[in-house]
Amino acid sequence: MTQDNQKRIITMAHGSGGKSSAELMAEIFGKHFKNETLDKLEDAAVVEVTSGTYSIAQIAVSTDSFVVSPLVFKGGDIGKLCVCGTVNDLLMMGAVPRYLTCGFILEEGLNIDLLDKIVESMAIQAREAGVTIVAGDTKVVEGNGGMYINTTGIGQIPKGRKVSSAGCKPGDVVICSGNLGDHHACILSHRMDIHNNIESDCAVLTDVVEGLFAEEIEVKAMRDVTRGGLGTILNEIAASSGVRIELDEESIPVSDEVKGFADILGLDPLYMGNEGKLIAVVPGDQAEKALEAMKASEHGKNSAIIGRVLEGEGTFIKTRLGATRRLDVLYGEGLPRIC
Amino acid sequence: MCVAVPGRVTEIDGTTAKVDFNGNSVNVNIGLVEPKVGQYVLVHAGCAIEVMEKEQAQEIIDLFADLEALS
Amino acid sequence: MEVKDLIKYLKEYDGRELKIMEVCGTHTAAIFKNGIRDLISPKIKLISGPGCPVCVTPTAYIDRCVEFARTEGCHLFTFGDMMKVPGSGGSLSENKSPEDGKARANITIMYSPFEVLEKAAADPETTYGVAAVGFETTAPVYALLIQKAAELGVENIRLITALKTAIPAIKWICDTQNDIDGFLCPGHVSVITGSRVYDELAEKYERPFVVSGFEAEHILAAIYRIVRQIEEGAGKTENMYKNAVHTDGNAKALAAIEQAFEPGPAMWRGLGMIEDSGLYLKDEFSKYDGGSHELYEDMELPAECCCGAVITGRINPDQCPMFASGKCTPMNPFGPCMVSSEGSCGIWYRNTH
Repeated sequence: MTQDNQKRIITMAHGSGGKSSAELMAEIFGKHFKNETLDKLEDAAVVEVTSGTYSIAQIAVSTDSFVVSPLVFKGGDIGKLCVCGTVNDLLMMGAVPRYLTCGFILEEGLNIDLLDKIVESMAIQAREAGVTIVAGDTKVVEGNGGMYINTTGIGQIPKGRKVSSAGCKPGDVVICSGNLGDHHACILSHRMDIHNNIESDCAVLTDVVEGLFAEEIEVKAMRDVTRGGLGTILNEIAASSGVRIELDEESIPVSDEVKGFADILGLDPLYMGNEGKLIAVVPGDQAEKALEAMKASEHGKNSAIIGRVLEGEGTFIKTRLGATRRLDVLYGEGLPRIC
Repeated sequence: MCVAVPGRVTEIDGTTAKVDFNGNSVNVNIGLVEPKVGQYVLVHAGCAIEVMEKEQAQEIIDLFADLEALS
Repeated sequence: MEVKDLIKYLKEYDGRELKIMEVCGTHTAAIFKNGIRDLISPKIKLISGPGCPVCVTPTAYIDRCVEFARTEGCHLFTFGDMMKVPGSGGSLSENKSPEDGKARANITIMYSPFEVLEKAAADPETTYGVAAVGFETTAPVYALLIQKAAELGVENIRLITALKTAIPAIKWICDTQNDIDGFLCPGHVSVITGSRVYDELAEKYERPFVVSGFEAEHILAAIYRIVRQIEEGAGKTENMYKNAVHTDGNAKALAAIEQAFEPGPAMWRGLGMIEDSGLYLKDEFSKYDGGSHELYEDMELPAECCCGAVITGRINPDQCPMFASGKCTPMNPFGPCMVSSEGSCGIWYRNTH
C-alpha cells in the first residue's frame, strides 16, 4: 500500500487563513491572475485613478466573503461581521471607507425574519462605519437554511498616507489594539457546547485608525488580525518587509476567559481569529504617543506594545521565562485537539 | 499525548459536574473521581481523571520546596 | 530554590552529554512552546518519544475509520488531531470533501467522546462511531462511555479503537536502545497508572524516571532532577507532579479499563508490533466494537523516511532526509509525526522554518 501524497482536493485547511490558504492563493489564483497590484497580497488593493497621465486619487478596494456559523452569535451576527470585515480591510491601507456592495447566497429554508434582522444589522453597522451600500445581488441555492454574504468595499486614501506590509524597518514597534482570540473563542464555544461570556470582538476599527492619523503617527504597516491569528499575520509582515519581529509573550493581551477556553481545547490564542483587532507598526520614537492614541479609542482600550522590529527574518517570541522561540504561521485548521 | 487541564467544580449532579475553567463552564463526567464542589479536578476529554488538592500557583510553590528538600 | 536557580543550573551544565526522552507529545509541545531548549545547556539533549497517539497510528486504522464514516447510516466522531493523518485512500479530512463517485464521509469533531451518547440516544437510526485513539489517560473515558451506553440501552455506538499503553512502549525502548540517560515520564498517563509503574523500569535499567506536569516549571524541575540523579549515580522514580499523580494512580480508572478492555498486540508506526501494548474491547462488549482488531497494516514508507528513528529519539527530525529536503512538510505530510500538532516532526518544522 502506498499513500497518495499529492492528492489535489480542497480541504477545510485551505480556508483557515494559514499556510494552506497561502499556498492555494499562490498556486491557483496568483498563477492565473498575476498582476502587480494583486501580487502585493495586502488586505486591500490600492489602485490609482488617473486623468491623462496624472494620478488624481488613490482608491483602496477589497472583497471578502462571510460563511460564519452560527449566523447569530454573542456580540454580533453575519450581517455586522460582513460590514466590519471589509471596512477593516480598507482601513488597514489607511483608506477612508466609502462604498460597499453585497452579494447574498441564501439557502432554501432560511427564515425570512432572521434574514431581515441580519440585513438590518448590516445597515446599522454600515451607517456607523460611514459607508453606503450601493449595489447588491441575491441568489438562492439548495441547502439547510444557511446563508453566505460577500461584500466588496471601496475607500479613498487621503494624500500622504503610505501604509504597506512592506514598510517596516528595524527600530519600529508593534502595537496590538486589544485582547486576542475573542471572536474565534465565541464561535467555537457555540459549536463545542462550552458556556462562557466571551463575545465576538466584531467591530469597525475606524476610531483606532483615525486616532493614529489624527496624532500624526507615521503608521508603517497595519493589519487586522483575522483568520490565521497574530502568528500568521506577523510572519507575513516580517516576510514582506524583510525584517525580524520579536514579541514579548507576557505583553500580548489575552483575557483570562479566552486563555481558559484555549487551554480546554488545546488551542493557542496567537493563532485564533479576531474580527475587531489590528496590529500597527509605528516608528520606535512614536510608540508611546501611538499607544496613547489607540488606548483613547473605544475599540483600542486594551492596546499594548507587544514587540519590536529588528534586523533579520522571521517572527520570534520571548517567553515568560526568558527563552526565545520561533512563532510560525498557522498550519492546518487550528482544530481542537485532545491528544 | 494527553491534553488535560484543571478546573473548579461548581455543581454536581450524579455522575456529571459543571466545571469552571476561568469563566468557561463545561459539563464533565465525574465517574472516575469523587470531587466536592469547590475542588479542582483535572479534566481530559470531558472526563475528570483526578481531584487536585492544590491550586496551580500553590502547587508550583510546593514543587520548589520539594526540590529544595531533594537537593 | 526558585525557577531562575533551576535555569542557571541547567544552562551551566557542563558534564557529559545527556539524552533525555520526553515520552509524551504534550510534553514535546510544551517544551517548544516554552522554549525550554533555549534555557538549558546544549549538552542536555531532549528527544521526543512515541507519545502521540496520532503519530503511532498505522494506515490501516485510518482506512477503517474512513470506511466507517463513508458507510450510509454511519457517523464518525473524532478528535481534531486525527483529521489530517494520511490513509491509503486519503485522510479523514480529504474524505469529507466528496470526490467523483465517492460517498461523503460523515464526520464530526468532538471535544469529548461523551457527546456521542446524547446523539446516539436521540437518533437510533444512525450508527455512531468513535475514533477511539489514546493512551492510558483516555482509555477509561471510553470505558465509561461504553458502560453508560450499556446502562442506558443505547446500542448504536461503535468504538473503532487504536488504544495503546505507554508503559510497554517505554519498556520496548529501554530494551532496544541503551543510549537514553533518563525519562521525563508522561504526567497524565501517570495520573491513571500511578508513579509506581516506573519503579520496576528504573531498577531494571538503572535510569531516572521522573514524572512531570506540563507547566514550564514542572518540566524544568523534572529535567533538573533527572540531571541531578545522573550526577549522583542514582536511577529511581521521582514524582514531580504530586498534585495530580499518586503512587498507585486512579483506582477507579484502572478498574474501568480492566472491566472494558483486555491487552493485545498493537502496531506502532515506526516501532512495529509490540506485544500487550494495545487495548481491545472484551468479548462482552464486542457489540460496541466497530472493527478494531488486526488493524496492523501500515503504508510502505519511502526508504529515506526515518519515522522510526525520530519516534525513538535516535535522530532529530531535521536529520531525516525527507524532512531536510522538504519532501515531508506539515502541508504535505508523509508520516503522522509530521501531521499531528503533537508530532515531533510537525512541532520541529513549525519552530524552525
